[in-house]
Amino acid sequence: MKPRHKKLLWVVGGLSLLGVATGLVLNALKSNLNYFYSPTQVSNHEAPSNRTFRLGGLVVEGSLKRQTDGLTVEFVVTDTARNIPVVYKGILPDLFKEGKSVVAQGKLGADGHFVADQVLAKHDENYMPPEAAKALEDAKKLKAKEALKP
Amino acid sequence: MALNIFKYSSPASFYPLAGKMVPVFYGLAAVFTIVGLYISFFVAPTDATQGEAYRIIFIHVPAAWMSMFIYIVMAIWAGLGLVLNTRLSSMMAQALAPTGAMFTFVALITGAFWGKPTWGTWWEWDARMTSELILLFLYIGYMSLTAAIDDVRRADKAGAILAMVGGINVPIIYFSVKWWNTLHQGASVSLTSSPSMAKTMLLGMLIMAIAAWMYSIAVALSRVRLLMLEREKSSAWVQEILEQKS
Repeated sequence: MKPRHKKLLWVVGGLSLLGVATGLVLNALKSNLNYFYSPTQVSNHEAPSNRTFRLGGLVVEGSLKRQTDGLTVEFVVTDTARNIPVVYKGILPDLFKEGKSVVAQGKLGADGHFVADQVLAKHDENYMPPEAAKALEDAKKLKAKEALKP
Repeated sequence: MALNIFKYSSPASFYPLAGKMVPVFYGLAAVFTIVGLYISFFVAPTDATQGEAYRIIFIHVPAAWMSMFIYIVMAIWAGLGLVLNTRLSSMMAQALAPTGAMFTFVALITGAFWGKPTWGTWWEWDARMTSELILLFLYIGYMSLTAAIDDVRRADKAGAILAMVGGINVPIIYFSVKWWNTLHQGASVSLTSSPSMAKTMLLGMLIMAIAAWMYSIAVALSRVRLLMLEREKSSAWVQEILEQKS
């Protein structure tokens, strides 16, 4: 075997071993590398109960309520399977909107409310001009209307 | 007669060729940047949810793409240098590293500027951002390691191993948004599905990406020319060039 081939064998062998090792590590870390938990995971007690974690999902349409102090807000986060009510005192990010994704950081209270101390908006990968967004919205409404018809 | 491309794997014949290519790629980079920026700021429409803040993608996305792509190219060149002992390969790897680090830095900084108005935070330790930060450390590590060892051949070998081992990070960055829940959104443009962007936005972004390619090629070539002169300063072809200049 030429020294060049031997070296190539070492490089390929070493890199594939490294690849397998990394794959195994990442697989083992799978749940720890998640930035947030979904409402279903929280309902199944997969999220830590006594320390802070992040909850991510969609804000339920029409669920946003502002309390009388003007700063505390309540809304419901859903992954379309389970819902978790969230209480947050502070300023919401500009992109926070009902029907859009959020990531909230905080603790799960005893009453099942998630008490957040930080709320971040998570935007999606779709980029479109406002007119296109409006057209999509109108189409959705039309469809919903037609679905209601007998 | 077939063109012998292996002729250009020797520094003596690659040096003048690279010298001819550098201005061409700088020129292309300038043209694509001007066209790309014009489309990005004057033609592409405002985004429905993010408003004008989204326009940072025209810098952010090409920079992030380049940061990952340059790393792969760098690791391949370094690996070729290690296995085949070719002089030029290791020099190419070294020439690419600063540009890759620069693009990584730009991607991180513009990402922070984007994160504040859209997400409400400059920085979060989610998988995408953390692995991109590790990429910056890998570039800096590669550059420091090769600079810290005086013997050029040993420096190349040590650097090559670091570059190849670090290569495992690139697929992690790319797939992080798919494998885990992250704050960072998924890919808008991928090879497997049609892009989820308005056409002019996509066009602006792709032209900016081409500009980043052209710039990277130009800068890497001019840097590799300097490395060739420096490393081969005692060889006949460098002496010849020096005599012509003086």
